[in-house]
Formats: sequence, structure tokens, C-alpha cells
Amino acid sequence: MNKLVGRSEIMKLFHDNMTIMCGGFANRGSAAKLIDMAVESGVQGMYIISNDSGDPDLTVGRFIRSGQAKKITASHVGMNPELGESVLAGKMELELSPQGTLAERIRCGGAGLGGVLVTTGMGTIIEEGKQKVEVNGQTYLLETPLTAEIALVKAHKADVMGNLVYKGTQRNFNPLVAMAAKTVIVEADEIVPAGALDMDEIHTPGVFVSMIWNGEE
Amino acid sequence: MGRNSSMAEVKEKIARKVASFFKPGDVVNLGIGIPTMVGNYIEDGVWLHTENGLIGYGPAPEKGKENEYLTGAGAQFLTAYPGAAAFDSATSFAIVRGGHLTATVLGALEVDEKGNLANWSRPGVIVGMGGAMDLVNGAREVIIAMEHTAKGGKHKILERCSLPLTGAGVVTKIVTDLCVIEVAKEGLVLKEIEEGVTLEEIREKTGARLIVPQHLEKR
Repeated sequence: MNKLVGRSEIMKLFHDNMTIMCGGFANRGSAAKLIDMAVESGVQGMYIISNDSGDPDLTVGRFIRSGQAKKITASHVGMNPELGESVLAGKMELELSPQGTLAERIRCGGAGLGGVLVTTGMGTIIEEGKQKVEVNGQTYLLETPLTAEIALVKAHKADVMGNLVYKGTQRNFNPLVAMAAKTVIVEADEIVPAGALDMDEIHTPGVFVSMIWNGEE
Repeated sequence: MGRNSSMAEVKEKIARKVASFFKPGDVVNLGIGIPTMVGNYIEDGVWLHTENGLIGYGPAPEKGKENEYLTGAGAQFLTAYPGAAAFDSATSFAIVRGGHLTATVLGALEVDEKGNLANWSRPGVIVGMGGAMDLVNGAREVIIAMEHTAKGGKHKILERCSLPLTGAGVVTKIVTDLCVIEVAKEGLVLKEIEEGVTLEEIREKTGARLIVPQHLEKR
């Protein structure tokens, strides 16, 4: 099954008030071209789930500058002062989630799990309003799963079946968001035929992937 | 440490002291600021973990040799030693939370006698904790590397932190330009005093009760 699609097919998927999950970490390993498409679609009221809010003019930061995002869940937003201004002005809602907790919440969403028990954030503002669970005498916070309608994933290599290989530190949140959305769209450095990737070296099996952008504008 | 040391020398001295705690085989995560400088003084065989997904990074590359697939948590370019491994964010924090990280070295806005740490949030600024809360809960040792007091001599080592906490009861050691302090059940225990520093000066610049072992009392 060939999952290559053009820009016009991707543009049809965006609509108002949708949840979009983005791989990437501080702009590295972000599906920058797919994010550009989501911004150019002009849809409003987006809920963004991402490790961070990017730079003001790069990757996830573009959703904030354009005013299209109404909410973001992230672990770090310090690189983007515009996010802070939007939140303080009441234009945007921010949910902070510790980075390792955020990674597991996304993994839970993709893996069909009901949540994850962590000690991260115990005794801090992060525990406010969260259910506590005791296991073998240790108290944990219950952190809930995250899913999205669309995930925007950046891979190094993709075969036409959607099997993915990431490279270096550009892997980060990409394999996690690639499991957690109804529609998973991939932007790859290189697209190869089925069978060109060693099955033992594939990071994300194609079963998680809906479509791969063919690179045509 | 001489009273006339420059700021850079002071920071370097703190970084060298922290680096001396690690031995080959240890896996360490370094925060920004003075903690980053620790990487310049670690022994060969101490491995550095960066939470965006790599163990085994080395110093910044030469100009022109930057690799966009090899970057740190602040998006800065890195190099990697042979044997380095890249992984996703869930694996990265499995390493942290699962007790596979020897130590994390972080700066602090405030640290108190219960080992509480505040280093992620100050009033009116929205930044986020990134991986700091996971790191302080998961690493086997949490070492604070910082100047003993803030600008204007304001205490940073306190009876109780006033800023939002990064972690409760998590700090194991505090290394400053004046001394090394261990966080024990009974409180803050003075372990080492820098040369040329008096006990009186440390007490004056510390906003919490210090437990001083007999052999350090004479200073």
C-alpha cells in the first residue's frame, strides 16, 4: 500500500478546533513543512500538543504568532516569549506537563493505556487536582493519556508503506506522536521503496502511519 | 578561592569540584549555566546524557562541522563519542526515572534544608519545567552547582523555599564557590570549605542552619 500524498490532500484534513500533535524538540526534528501547511490552512481554535512552543517564527511558534492556537500542552515554552504574552493576556490556555510525563502521556494515548503513574511533580504545583494512587507503599500521581486528530511527524527515511527511521536527536517525540493520532502525517528527508529499509532497523512500523507527504508543494 | 577571583574563575572552580565527584561509567545529565561547564572537566569514561535523546555527547563541534541531527536540549550543536546512542523521549526519561542516571547537575534559584529545590519558575515569567522535574525525581544524585548567594548577597540556601518547587526533598548535594554541603535527614551538613573562606562567612551567607562537623569547626 502506497501512502504517498500531495499537499492538496493534506490541506483537506485541517479544520477548526482540532487537536494537533507535533514531534520535534526546540525546532529540531520538527515537521516544519507540514506545520507550515497547517498554518496556511488558516483554521482556528487549534489545540497543540508538543514538547515546546518553538521559536516565535519557527515550527510550533507559528501557530501562536498566527493566533490559530487556543491551547497548548507542552513542557517548556521559554524559547517563545510570544506564548507567555498570549497566556498572560488570556488569549491562550497553557497546560504545562513535565517532559518525561508528557512523553509517557502521549505514549499511553497511542498504546491504549488508561494513564501512567509517576512520582515526577509530587510536592509541586503539578500534583494539584490530580488523583493519587498507592502501589506497594509508594504514592504516585495518575497522569492521563493524550491523543490527537492529527500528528505531524518528521522522519529521516520513510518507505512508501510508512515504515520510518529517525536520525540522531531528531527522533525525540516523533515516534511517540506517531502512535497517538487518528491521522499520522509524515515529512521525511528521504522516501524509499518498500523493502529498502532493513526491517530490524525500523523505529516506527508503518501500521501507525496514515500518509507521507510526497514533497510536492 | 581567592577573594579577587573573576566571575569566570569562580564558576570554573565550582564546575571542577562537581566534575571531581564522577568516575568512569557514571551517566550524568547537566543543566544550563555552571552545570554545563562541568562537562569540560569530567574524566574520560563519564558519559553525558541529554534529555532530548542522546547518551555520549562531547563538546561543541568546530565551526563548519555542525550536524543538525546531533543537538542538545537547548538546540545547540554537539559532537558524539564512539559508542554514543540516540533514543526517543520516552526512553530518555525511562533512563532518568528508572534509576539509570547517576546524577543530574542543576542550578537553583532557591534550595532549602529539606532538600527542596526551586529552579523553574519565578513570578511573572512563563517558562515551563522542561525535563527538570523528572530529572530531580529520577536521578540517583541531585547536585546543585551555583554561586552561594544571588545578586546583592541575597540568600539562596534557605530554611524554606518560597518559589514554586521543582522537586520536594530531592537535593543530595550543594556545591558553591564557598563550600560543599550535603543534604542529610538531620539537615544541611557542611562537608568541605574552600580555601580562604571562613566558617563565619559561610554562616552569614547561608539562610539556614548548618551542621558543622568538629573537624571543620576550627576554620
